[in-house]
Amino acid sequence: MNRKISVEINGQVVDGLVEPRLLLADFIRDNASLTGTHLGCEHGVCGACTVQLDGRPVRSCLLFAVQANGRRIATVEGMAPSATTLHPLQQAFHESHALQCGFCTPGILMTMEAFLREEPDPTPERIRSALAGNLCRCTGYQNIITAVRLAADRLQQTRA
Amino acid sequence: MTKATATPEAALQGIGSSPLRKEDWPLVRGEGTFVADFKRPGMVHAFVVRSPFAHARFTTIDREAALAAPGVIDVITAQDLPDRGRPIPTRMFKDEGSNRFLQRPLADGVVRYSGEPVAVVIADTRYSAEDAAELLRVDYEPLAVVLDPDDAVAEDAPLLQPHTGTNVAGHLVVEIGALDEAFAGADLVIEEEFWIQRHAAVPLETRGLLAEYDAKTESLTVWGAAKIPHVNRAILARLLGWNDERRIRLIELHVGGGFGARGEFYPEDYLIPFAAMRTGRPVAWVEDREENLRATNQSREQVHRVEMALKADGTFLALKDSFINNTGAYVRTHGMTVPGLSVSMLPGPYRWPAYRGEYRSVVTNKTPGGTYRSPGRFEINFVRERLVDMAAHRLGIDPVEIRRRNLIDRASFPHDTGTLFDGHPVIYDSGDYVLLLEKALAAFDYEGMKRWRKEPASDGLRRGLGMGFFVEKAGPAEREYARVELNENGDVIVYTGTASVGQGVETILAQVCASHLGLPYERITVVHGDTGVIPEGMGAFGSRAAMLGGAAVMRASEEIKRRLLEAAAEELEAAPADLVLTTMGVSVIGAPLRTVSLTRLLSAGGGVIKQEDRFVCELLGFPYGIHFAAVEVDPASGAVHIHRFAVAYDIGRCINPVLVKGQIAGGFAQGVGGALLEEFSFDASGQPLSASFMDYLLPTSEDVPDIEVLITEDAPSPLNPLGVKGAGEGGTAAVGAAIANAVSDALGREVTRLPLNPQRVVELATA
Ligand code: FES
Ligand code: FES
Repeated sequence: MNRKISVEINGQVVDGLVEPRLLLADFIRDNASLTGTHLGCEHGVCGACTVQLDGRPVRSCLLFAVQANGRRIATVEGMAPSATTLHPLQQAFHESHALQCGFCTPGILMTMEAFLREEPDPTPERIRSALAGNLCRCTGYQNIITAVRLAADRLQQTRA
Repeated sequence: MTKATATPEAALQGIGSSPLRKEDWPLVRGEGTFVADFKRPGMVHAFVVRSPFAHARFTTIDREAALAAPGVIDVITAQDLPDRGRPIPTRMFKDEGSNRFLQRPLADGVVRYSGEPVAVVIADTRYSAEDAAELLRVDYEPLAVVLDPDDAVAEDAPLLQPHTGTNVAGHLVVEIGALDEAFAGADLVIEEEFWIQRHAAVPLETRGLLAEYDAKTESLTVWGAAKIPHVNRAILARLLGWNDERRIRLIELHVGGGFGARGEFYPEDYLIPFAAMRTGRPVAWVEDREENLRATNQSREQVHRVEMALKADGTFLALKDSFINNTGAYVRTHGMTVPGLSVSMLPGPYRWPAYRGEYRSVVTNKTPGGTYRSPGRFEINFVRERLVDMAAHRLGIDPVEIRRRNLIDRASFPHDTGTLFDGHPVIYDSGDYVLLLEKALAAFDYEGMKRWRKEPASDGLRRGLGMGFFVEKAGPAEREYARVELNENGDVIVYTGTASVGQGVETILAQVCASHLGLPYERITVVHGDTGVIPEGMGAFGSRAAMLGGAAVMRASEEIKRRLLEAAAEELEAAPADLVLTTMGVSVIGAPLRTVSLTRLLSAGGGVIKQEDRFVCELLGFPYGIHFAAVEVDPASGAVHIHRFAVAYDIGRCINPVLVKGQIAGGFAQGVGGALLEEFSFDASGQPLSASFMDYLLPTSEDVPDIEVLITEDAPSPLNPLGVKGAGEGGTAAVGAAIANAVSDALGREVTRLPLNPQRVVELATA
């Protein structure tokens, strides 16, 4: 039996009539046409599909769309303040060569954005462990850790 | 008065600088277009039904129920394909014998590995296609399986292709020098057996395709191509029986990593376009991870039996190796590339008066194989560098010293190893191995590492040091195409026949163009990966993009500059040498008022000047490097902690230091996977036991330490005008070797098998 749901994604309400088994990831990618959220494993290990549900990072491949009914989702597409500027984390990834193919990047950005809100001044070791749930096959992680630290500095400056 | 000069080199952001990548902007914004992100009107979805058995016979596929399921449009089996599906040819290292083991797009009566495509279901959604697949009935009758390389050559082994009478798909012997004499005169002979486990590239984006057929023009468009679009277009045309391959257009979108596996021609590369033609609908297919770990090329599984002869002073006399390479159920597009690279590059950076190498590449009931970053070399670097350390231990010589005594010296370059790879002579083009060794020992404070090793470690941990010296290779693919176009606004477009697999090819080719055209990086756009706009190309593999693609771009850029300066010289009544090209036009150096505008210079050409180039190079380039590992091993838990890891790598010439270091760091992480974690295992019936990321362990941020990198440019390649050798694989090449040497040092036991997972380390420590 299809169900009517309504999810707020990046500030916009998206309605859908969905099968109960539809994954949240597929709802975001197909119904809302936001394909920045990627699927790397569909079994909860790689973190590429990470989005934020009411501000907390979740794996959209492990949730059904119906579970997000009436709730607030943030995806990578909502990060940048405008078409010509980047969020400080995105900018830091660009400057620190923290991506190669970029397939893992959206999930990592969504994980790290939430992490820096909780922990605005992390050590590289803390970043390393916060990153351990996101797989990247290209970079070896080193530059990602550098980028997150750089973004932390800049975000702290803007807050100060 | 301002002086008209060329934009200063630094502002150009040319070769040697590290401008921000051209590729990043859409990717960090979530605006990339990977194949699963791409949609076409009326698109339907394919699901590939795969064999649940590693070896079985079947006579019928009952598809009635599946065809009747909701949303289903078609179910395709081998009997629907022309000639029941033509075999997919090898594109490299062809071996007559191996043609008997090629894969057809769909199994026809026999399945030979778990994961082999048996049928394709086309439906309105992926969900309904998967539902319908469950309704397909195939009357499998299991057959005996053969899995291990040694078993495959046993006398009574089950045969994958009984009519051939063998499981050996390829066999080659290389012999150089007087082997028997060398062994007879040796003071020490070491004999050992080494195993390297099956693991694979596993890019984070799985494979995928979207194909659309236009019946009016009888043409096909396929999105999701990668690595070698032009080569794959030719293969697809051949399998479809089309004479004119220009009716096929392959388009690369964003690519989520390649590392050897993505972009080879797989069964689906035929099946999805075929399904689009048959159904008249655009057909999308995206592999899921479980399929990816059963169906995409795997690599590295080899068993080596080696003998090494030495003099008491540590001088190497001879090396003898006989190995079996497990290529899996079929010979895929790489042919004998992997064992061919192993056998030709085992000698590595040392002088060997005599060498004998022999491979047998066997088929077994496992997923078919192909290349993976540093193919054939990750394996043999482990074998050779382990042997060298074992020799050092036996002779009581320091591992660094024994290497120093046997490295090929600078005066012997170019150094002909006497071996061939796929018909190309393996001649090390340039090098100064001793210099790199000395630089690396100093840069990484080897003496300090030795002191660290002697210090007592806490909690019963044992410390060890290890190194691996390696020679890499870049190329071949004999030629590459480039076209450079400059328009009257000063904007440049570079068309290249190479491809992107996420490594930054747009950035580096723009840098090469900036340096050689003399116009700034930000004005240059690079176009790649569309057979519709680029007439030819060999793609991106074997670290060749910078080497061949870069040289073609360089020459085309220089030619444009030369033509423009020459044309302006007449008008300005000045010698071309006194002129400079800018985005405005051509001016006399120091006299900006004497300028001819680009508009004027290009008016005859309709506002644009174009130059094509085809760079040809028959030979291979050989970068070389050293890995150092310092580890702490817990003999109780089997955990290997990498305390420090350093890579020294001479790549001839470095176009972009930040990108090169990124390649090395990423390659290293993959090497860590191969050294410590990743392994495809199978149960006795051939069922894969590692078909999810829960069981197949990719390294996480906690497994991969930061590394130190020293890039040198002491031995530019004489084979191309840039001097570059390609840098994509050196981060991976000797990780297994260096870590295994370090663990051996820590435990005082000789490691002979990878990966060094906790279980194996505990076994070793307690043996
Ligand atoms: S796709 Fe969700 S965790 Fe991998
Ligand atoms: S950049 Fe390719 S997977 Fe992370």
